[in-house]
Amino acid sequence: MPAILTIRDLRKTYAGGFEALKGVSLEIERGEILALLGPNGAGKTTLISTVCGITTATSGHVTVDGHDIVTDFRAARALIGLVPQEVALEPFEKVRNTVRFSRGLFGKPRDDARVEEVLRRLSLWDKRDAQIKELSGGMKRRVMIAKAMVHEPRILFLDEPTAGVDVELRKDMWEIVAEMKAAGVTIILTTHYIEEAEAIADRVGVIDRGELLLVEEKDTLMKRMGRKQLIVELTAPIEAIPEALARHRLTLAPDGRHLVYTYDTHAERTGITALMNDVAAAGLVLCDVQTRQSSLEEIFVDLVGRKAS
Amino acid sequence: MNLRAIAAIYRFEMNRFFRTLLQSFLSPVLSTSLYFVVFGAAIGSRINQVEGVSYGAFIVPGLVMLSVMTQALTNASFGIYFPKFIGTIYELLSAPVSFPEIVIGYVGAAATKALFIGTVILVTANFFVDLSVAHPVAMVAFLLLTCLSFALMGFIIGIWAANFEQLQLVPLLVVTPLVFLGGAFYSVSMLPPVWQKVTLFNPVVYLISGFRWSFFGAADVPVGFSLLAIGAFTAICLGVIWWIFRTGWRIRD
Ligand SMILES: Nc1ncnc2c1ncn2[C@@H]1O[C@H](COP(=O)(O)OP(=O)(O)O)[C@@H](O)[C@H]1O
Ligand SMILES: [Mg+2]
Repeated sequence: MPAILTIRDLRKTYAGGFEALKGVSLEIERGEILALLGPNGAGKTTLISTVCGITTATSGHVTVDGHDIVTDFRAARALIGLVPQEVALEPFEKVRNTVRFSRGLFGKPRDDARVEEVLRRLSLWDKRDAQIKELSGGMKRRVMIAKAMVHEPRILFLDEPTAGVDVELRKDMWEIVAEMKAAGVTIILTTHYIEEAEAIADRVGVIDRGELLLVEEKDTLMKRMGRKQLIVELTAPIEAIPEALARHRLTLAPDGRHLVYTYDTHAERTGITALMNDVAAAGLVLCDVQTRQSSLEEIFVDLVGRKAS
Repeated sequence: MNLRAIAAIYRFEMNRFFRTLLQSFLSPVLSTSLYFVVFGAAIGSRINQVEGVSYGAFIVPGLVMLSVMTQALTNASFGIYFPKFIGTIYELLSAPVSFPEIVIGYVGAAATKALFIGTVILVTANFFVDLSVAHPVAMVAFLLLTCLSFALMGFIIGIWAANFEQLQLVPLLVVTPLVFLGGAFYSVSMLPPVWQKVTLFNPVVYLISGFRWSFFGAADVPVGFSLLAIGAFTAICLGVIWWIFRTGWRIRD
């Protein structure tokens, strides 16, 4: 099946001359969750805003389920739900009316049952007749999500959905994302929390300074990231790795006192127990043990750093 | 056409109006009554008749126009400026809605509010003076066109304004003086000859004159000119809106 969202060489130069997107190309598969990871100012919001119609691209093409976002904007936008980074709501309007308004704006017939379902899902039903200004910050965010969901989009954009939200809402949000994915909705979220990308994404894209540095299956990234090192410090230096430990493929540090064992945290057996038994059997005496992880964060910092220099 | 979107915008805007219905209703009633006390009773008792009409009745069309113009203008400009200001415009921009549909929703709601207030003033005025309408169809047409064209102008101001000062600048510095000097409370023939000429450069003169003609059958300027003036004004506003639509000026980065 063709990609549900196709972005081709998208460029955006703001009026001031700042080039926020420098030719981004990306295909998003139907029903996947893509996490766009990148530091502040990377261009994540600009990318989403351009796809959603809030800003106009300087050049490049975007199609949503085959519909060009400029020439066929109605069909394209009707499929999209957007939860922007900043909360923006009419303060004096009631929760229910605001959500109903969104549905109408997207050309869907009035459906009070759907509005109720969405409000209940977001724990807002009790507040349905409250004015927005009476709500807490977390509730306002929930309203923003309700507005984006109520017209039954096929693609949902979440721009930094969990930045500064409470644990409860974060948990809820992840559940909702999982439910929507189960219902076949494609989800694109931006974040600068790596754990978030790890927890829910199928694929991860890394963006920095307006460029998409990589897009990879999360599992592939996790494999890279999932490598961990166990460092065994010995009380006395050794010349070479004892024959009995050969099968563990260790490396010996130049000082002769550190043995480094690399393993995969996601493997069924890490081999640590066997290693420790063999170390003891070889008569080596340990004075310390430590582990290091090459995290997605590291990969990320490495990637971004390499590009920058 | 995304008719549901137009309806949604229209309803959302009207909600803002209904939330303050009492105020929306009371303030024109009160201000009209005050005008009648001040102009009608106090000054009117010395003027008696203008163009064969009691002064109290004479000022009614001007009063209605004054309110309708300012209400249509401020409601429409605020209506579209506010979403820009608080950021909710993101939703309009990302929805499957075209610019003309947005205009219809906002301008339609603002024109409706102005029409409502104009009607309230007419009804209130009826308690103070005997009103007869010589050309009812023309009266309704002038009223509707004024509501519409000033709402269009308000929409443009709301798009243009970058802050609240600018939002109030045009109504305050341009429209209110033009309306007050547009013959709302006097007949152009009452002015010194020089000012009679100068005043013809004020477009509002034509609107008020035409509207007054539809009540009393007498006008400062030929009614054809009035129709032409309001037609031209509406066309200019639509032209500017079309240009905004083409260029995305002050809406999309
Ligand atoms: N309206 C704008 N005008 C000019 N520059 C902008 C505008 N919006 C964003 N930028 C710039 O574009 C870059 C990318 O911003 P943004 O897309 O918001 O990044 P992110 O969402 O990844 O933090 C930043 O350097 C920002 O300053
Ligand atoms: Mg952002």
